[in-house]
Amino acid sequence: MGAHSDGSNYLNATSGFKSWFWTVDHKRLGIMYIITILSFFLVGGLAAMLVRYELLDAAPTLGATTYNKAFTLHGAIMVFLVLVPAIPASLGNFLVPLQLGAKDVAFPKLNRLSFHIYLFGASFLVYTLVAGGVDTGWTFYTPYSANSSSNVISALTGAFILGFSSILTGLNFIVTIHKMRAPGMTWTKMPLFLWAMYATSLIQILATPVIAVTLFLLMVEKSFGIGIFDPALGGDPVLFQHFFWFYSHPVVYVMILPAFGVISETVTIHSRKHIFGYMAIAASSVAIAAVGFLVWGHHMFLSGQSEMTGAIFSFITFGVAVPTAIKVCSWIATLYKGSIRWNTVMFYTIGFLWIFTIGGLTGLPLATLATDVHLHDTYFVVAHFHYTMMGGVLFALITGIHHWWPKMTGKMFSEKAGMAASLFAFISYNLTFIPQFIAGLRGMPRRYHEYLPQYEEMMWLSSIGAFLFGISLFCVLAVWIHSLLKGEKAPANPWGGISLEWETATPPIEHNFEGQPVCDRGPYEFDEIEVKAPMAAK
Amino acid sequence: MSSEHAHADHPPYQAHFFHTMEQQNSSSKLGMWCFLVQELLFFSGLFMAYVAMRYFYPDTFSEVQERNLLSIPMGFTNTLVLLTSSLTMALAVREAQLIPIQEGAEAQKHRSNMMKLLLVTAILACVFLVIKYFEYTHKIHIGLLPGSFYDFPEWPVFKDPGTGKILGVMGENGIIDVRSAPHIFFALYFVMTGVHGLHVVIGVGVILWLFLRGKRGEFNQENYSAVENVGLYWHLVDLIWIFLFPLLYLVQ
Repeated sequence: MGAHSDGSNYLNATSGFKSWFWTVDHKRLGIMYIITILSFFLVGGLAAMLVRYELLDAAPTLGATTYNKAFTLHGAIMVFLVLVPAIPASLGNFLVPLQLGAKDVAFPKLNRLSFHIYLFGASFLVYTLVAGGVDTGWTFYTPYSANSSSNVISALTGAFILGFSSILTGLNFIVTIHKMRAPGMTWTKMPLFLWAMYATSLIQILATPVIAVTLFLLMVEKSFGIGIFDPALGGDPVLFQHFFWFYSHPVVYVMILPAFGVISETVTIHSRKHIFGYMAIAASSVAIAAVGFLVWGHHMFLSGQSEMTGAIFSFITFGVAVPTAIKVCSWIATLYKGSIRWNTVMFYTIGFLWIFTIGGLTGLPLATLATDVHLHDTYFVVAHFHYTMMGGVLFALITGIHHWWPKMTGKMFSEKAGMAASLFAFISYNLTFIPQFIAGLRGMPRRYHEYLPQYEEMMWLSSIGAFLFGISLFCVLAVWIHSLLKGEKAPANPWGGISLEWETATPPIEHNFEGQPVCDRGPYEFDEIEVKAPMAAK
Repeated sequence: MSSEHAHADHPPYQAHFFHTMEQQNSSSKLGMWCFLVQELLFFSGLFMAYVAMRYFYPDTFSEVQERNLLSIPMGFTNTLVLLTSSLTMALAVREAQLIPIQEGAEAQKHRSNMMKLLLVTAILACVFLVIKYFEYTHKIHIGLLPGSFYDFPEWPVFKDPGTGKILGVMGENGIIDVRSAPHIFFALYFVMTGVHGLHVVIGVGVILWLFLRGKRGEFNQENYSAVENVGLYWHLVDLIWIFLFPLLYLVQ
């Protein structure tokens, strides 16, 4: 419903830079976010290539200072500019009103402000890069960060500003989901992507202000020597770690919960089967958001905190793994006896299941006190978080972009090329990071630019894998560009989805829906509809 | 497009993506509450820093009291000023709620009352800021400054000549007391009241914006949510001061 006879849609209804830069249309904002986020992903990826280039062999190549700046910029750009906004700002912005049956988010001008704040914050990180970088690690631990002469303040300012973009997006989604659901769409009839976005938004508004005040206090510490975190002034560096991780642990759930939401959508539609355990997946999203606030001390087992504290954090960390495992098992159960479509989206979805399961399982030896004593600050940790954050979030983002590509662009992409690129990415990704687990277990420390020769074999394999993985991502990009230039026109509902975004035109009109769509069934009740010829255009 | 039907039954202040004013108003109120929650979490970081520092340096905090370094009369006056401004803000919201939708004498009366109360709120906020200005300038003058800038001769700290780091308070016999840290107390004082003061300044700006909108004839009993939401923000700013004042000025 809702196509315009003159063929106008949100992409072509108005044109020109100003109509895009000053738009309040959530769909245009989502597209712009995708482009900027992927651009910063490229910058962060180049920093990663520098890191892996240095680690090709055991001897120093770039030197300590350059290396420290490379891994700091890689971490800061990837965390703050890419992973935190990745799915919420891009796919979330595009889909939340559509899946709800609404014409826009609750506060469209605030949405636009979020995007502009994102660009403004990003400019500080770009300035930091251009002005010579920062070498503290993205975690900015004191006392080094309080005393380092590198461009710490501009990096902190950038991250501080970016936090507000995140907060305002979360605020917008909470109100939109509470107040603007289509008639008949109760909470338990919402697509699971919306449950994921809701849980994410709760974390965004509760956790992000804490990193804001932490970075702010660090800036004041550097400027005025106030003595909160620097022991030479009477402060406590472990206090900084508590402040920092109180946000930075929940933020990994900001990154991964939307990814879980994407997978809940793709695993059902592409196996044409009702999701297994809807209530469990919905409730587990909120449970992860809540329990995720209680585990920050597992980053600090070796900081000098008491054994009792460590034991409590360890126990609760095991607890937060449970809802996550419930999701993974539910998705696999969904696939079981489903009518699985072997296409690009399914390849990426199954890739995600493999990658994220490894990431989650390798978190367990880190959550265990006895083993973490040996694994803390080794490459095992690096591999663990890359499997969850990068493998999880990024693969889910790519999955989602492919899945909603026809809806967003009105074009189809080449399935053959897409599937080939996904295999290339998956294999090279594992080649990059599995050697890192091995090196870490054998004792290779993280953030070292030169290392003992016994780790050279694994590090070399990892670096080769990283270069190949970088190439594979360009192949994925090529699939998209080819689709934009030469892709065939997409039918209205290529995958046969029944959530409300598939009832709009492809691509949607500016105001999403002509009238007010009504929700009269759950989002995954595939069995109850007549099967239409899958590629029929409306 | 589909906007023709919109103006027939949508009041002009209703956004096209909302169905009713009730939906729009309750959405904006929920949005403001979400914003206030995150503001609270921001300040709670500062309160946590206070708790941590007070745990490490309890004697410093009592000594500030003994030496009477913070003016309790000024702080108390500020508390009364802010509480009164919360009252006038609440009354302004009430007046906005009473403005009938039909324009006329009664609408003008209530709108004018609302504007007067908003103005009084803003003026009281400025009184708060003026008193704070005097407090700050006095402290700056005598050297009660935050962190490394601390230079109060009656309670001197020892700065390491090589690095410039403050190691503690200089005792009479030349022994440095590392358990005393007035520079940290005043750092907390300036940071906490400074961030709070910044929120007061922003509040003044937003209240004056409401005043200007009132002057343009906006707001009535189905469209006053902006006034109400600014009221909520203002009450939070007041509430934070109610915690700051005893923790900084009255602590024994």
